[in-house]
Amino acid sequence: MTQTVAQRPTFSPWTDPESVPLIRFEGVSKRFGDFVAVDQVDLSIHAGEFFSLLGASGCGKTTLLRMLAGFETPTSGRIFIDGTDVSAIPPYERPVNMMFQSYALFPHMTVEQNVAFGLKQDGLPKAQIREKVRDVLDLVQMSRFGGRKPHQLSGGQRQRVALARCLAKEPKVLLLDEPLAALDRQLRERTQLELVGIQERVGITFVMVTHDQGEAMTMSSRIAVMNSGCLEQVGTPVEIYEYPGTRFVADFIGAANMFEGVVASDSDDLLVVTCPELESDLTISHGGSVPVGAPVTVMVRPEKMVVQRDRPSEGMNGVKGIVADIAYLGDVSIYHISLPSGRRVEVLRTNLRHTGEQELTWEDEVHLAWHPANAMVLTR
Amino acid sequence: MSTGWGRNRALLLYGLLSLAYAFLYVPIVVMIIYSFNASRLVTVWGGFSIKWYGELLQDEKVLDAAWLSLQVAVANATIATILGTLAAVVLVRFRRFRGRTLFTGMIAAPLVMPEIITGLAMLLLFVAMEQAIGWPEGRSITTIVIAHVTFSLSFVTVVVQSRLAQMDASLEEAAMDLGARPTKVFLVITLPIIAPALLAGWLLAFTLSIDDVVISAFVSGPGATPLPIVIFSKVRLGVSPEINALATIVVALVGVAMAIAGRVMLSRDRDERQHSTTSPQSV
Repeated sequence: MTQTVAQRPTFSPWTDPESVPLIRFEGVSKRFGDFVAVDQVDLSIHAGEFFSLLGASGCGKTTLLRMLAGFETPTSGRIFIDGTDVSAIPPYERPVNMMFQSYALFPHMTVEQNVAFGLKQDGLPKAQIREKVRDVLDLVQMSRFGGRKPHQLSGGQRQRVALARCLAKEPKVLLLDEPLAALDRQLRERTQLELVGIQERVGITFVMVTHDQGEAMTMSSRIAVMNSGCLEQVGTPVEIYEYPGTRFVADFIGAANMFEGVVASDSDDLLVVTCPELESDLTISHGGSVPVGAPVTVMVRPEKMVVQRDRPSEGMNGVKGIVADIAYLGDVSIYHISLPSGRRVEVLRTNLRHTGEQELTWEDEVHLAWHPANAMVLTR
Repeated sequence: MSTGWGRNRALLLYGLLSLAYAFLYVPIVVMIIYSFNASRLVTVWGGFSIKWYGELLQDEKVLDAAWLSLQVAVANATIATILGTLAAVVLVRFRRFRGRTLFTGMIAAPLVMPEIITGLAMLLLFVAMEQAIGWPEGRSITTIVIAHVTFSLSFVTVVVQSRLAQMDASLEEAAMDLGARPTKVFLVITLPIIAPALLAGWLLAFTLSIDDVVISAFVSGPGATPLPIVIFSKVRLGVSPEINALATIVVALVGVAMAIAGRVMLSRDRDERQHSTTSPQSV
């Protein structure tokens, strides 16, 4: 689920204080009547990024994208593209193009006419339009279908034409609204990598809206997780998954076991948290500095825990429990461990041995163990 | 899997269907048959003949009326389609504006307003206007067209409105996103996509106008009498085979117009269904 396509290790302009972002949201809000769709968003996106806005439906991610395209005007705040305040510029004059969730191919035009449409609006000479249409249809491997009407194409082919139509305009930013939602699962997974390949080839900045975390993790250089109109966290897929900033992000991205507790002590690099529902204290080796007595949540990912019969060695965190359920998924099994307090904890275990026999079974008494470095302390 | 029960059921259904069609269309078929009657007596069959069609062509009054009706129908359909389309665009695309409910009501009102009242009101208006500003002069083709437009534009609006509401609004956004200004978007994207509805609306307005009696009766004058009024006044002197012939021609015209409209709407439906392969919908 979290196969991350390695970005070139050198590409991280957001860490470079000298780098000027291509897109900047400054305190942008959008209200529809009483409903606040987007609430005071500040966000910078750099040239060449594949940036994802991730969130459940109704979180404001699409509204944010539509404001970037110019279909909605911010109630307050400003949006800059390449240094220009675009808040008052209509969609037909913005250097951005959008790929719609429905693809929005013009049904009365052929594939070629669809792709040429944007170029015609720019008043390019005919010969140049023809050349560009050919090039961009080549890029998405749709040259053979130039004469077809949209209703004669499959879903995947329509998606390619929609992409080609945007790319032909060579925008500074390409906006993608749930670009793969209409495709079936197999095609979607293949297309994810293809889209990333095309993005790297053309070098255009992509901003994508998606509700599918796997999609966002696979394709993005950075992800902004949104929740009820606000940005919860902005970071690389690794940051978002391994170091979630809030409980919401930890829960939304992947699975997470969370223990509520209070900070008992904070030494040099070991934070000790007392959790009322656990028998022993938990230790975390990178908690930052949290004042003693502060309420916190300790988060451990299911795959970062080990389930074993023996007591964990000194220095590891350990919790005792009983195997309540085993979900065998083939490559991995998910063990649901019931703690003495009644709490259930999920542990992921790779099925390394080529046999159906499991060494652990229902009702076994087990210990959960994890290293202090593999947990996170969340204060928000 | 055609069992005896299935066959019986099919027979029953076809039987009922035939009855319904007979109820609707036998009178018209009888009229058409009698238009080819050689006898002057309407109820007595005297052999096949097309002489009444020939006599019809000699009748100056009928020909003038037919020509006037055609002009009125074309002018009415064209004006109603333009105005009706604009109203539909406003209703579907401009979601919120002051007086929207009032506007919706005013557009729909002529659909339910008794024709006789519309006709009377129009007549009073024209008379008052002639006295006040001297226009329109008497009852003429102008007054008939104006009166017809007032009611047929509502029908056009309803037809175009439903097509426009079905059209994916992101098509217009996509065109704008690709650099087309709103006017151009309307002309190059919206109009071609809703064109079948415009044609259907035009044909509907055409047929509504060409067979209108009640409103025409109020707003037509001695110099400008449309065909239905002529037929109506002739029938009052007794049904003649000539009238049957004339009515047959009108039925043929209206039938062809409706067939074209239906065909256009149907082919458009089929296109759409192919377009959205994921969600097949029944007609």
